[in-house]
Amino acid sequence: MATQKLDFKGMSCPMPIMKTAIAIKKAASGDVFEVVCDDAGFEPDVRAWCKETGNILTDIVKSGKDTTAIITKK
Amino acid sequence: MENQELSQKVQELQERIDKLEAKNSRLTMVLFSGDFDKVMAAFIIANGALAMGKEVTMFVTFWGLDAIKKPAIGTSGKTFLEKMVTWMRPNGPAKLPTSKMNFGGIGPKLFHYMMGKKNVESLSSLIEMAREFGLRIVACQMSMDVMGIRQEDLIDDIEFGGVAVFLNESYGSNTTLFV
Repeated sequence: MATQKLDFKGMSCPMPIMKTAIAIKKAASGDVFEVVCDDAGFEPDVRAWCKETGNILTDIVKSGKDTTAIITKK
Repeated sequence: MENQELSQKVQELQERIDKLEAKNSRLTMVLFSGDFDKVMAAFIIANGALAMGKEVTMFVTFWGLDAIKKPAIGTSGKTFLEKMVTWMRPNGPAKLPTSKMNFGGIGPKLFHYMMGKKNVESLSSLIEMAREFGLRIVACQMSMDVMGIRQEDLIDDIEFGGVAVFLNESYGSNTTLFV
């Protein structure tokens, strides 16, 4: 299955989480998303969001200001 | 007989678990303040909870009503005091004062500018987004009556109610916030 890439750079709280939620809501179970954001609060937020919603945070990669989260829809 | 009792007990427990889980998926908020910064915080939390798949009910009362007013409100048919209140209070999210550093209305302009620079979503669009996500807004009828605010003065597609509506929601949620 193709990974869907989402670029939320430049956005700040709560938009990256809102946009992630909107995109994942429309997806099918097992779909994979690669979400990139340069907001410093994104990493803890996406961790908390996945924990609460049950979606799987497969990986999280930091490079410079950017945080990339790999999320699999539950 | 024993088997029947056991399955009945299991069913009872299942119902109790369902009820508890439903509680966990709901957030109830009271928006009392009409200060721009506090209303902003309230709608960021509401949006976050909605993004987590929660059902959110916001009970809007007193100064909080300023945040859900239409941009222009008529005064015809209102008493003198009601007209005074209508003129003196801001209409809608773009006109709210800040709780600190208001400086007679210059403060909010400064904050709007700074928020724009940091790409923070405007309060108006946070409200719109939350409503698209299914935020339930209940306006307090009693405080509307006190201040001469009519149902048509507030944004469309909201509900109206009293303290029992709020409490009923609150008892059914595991989190209640007062802003």
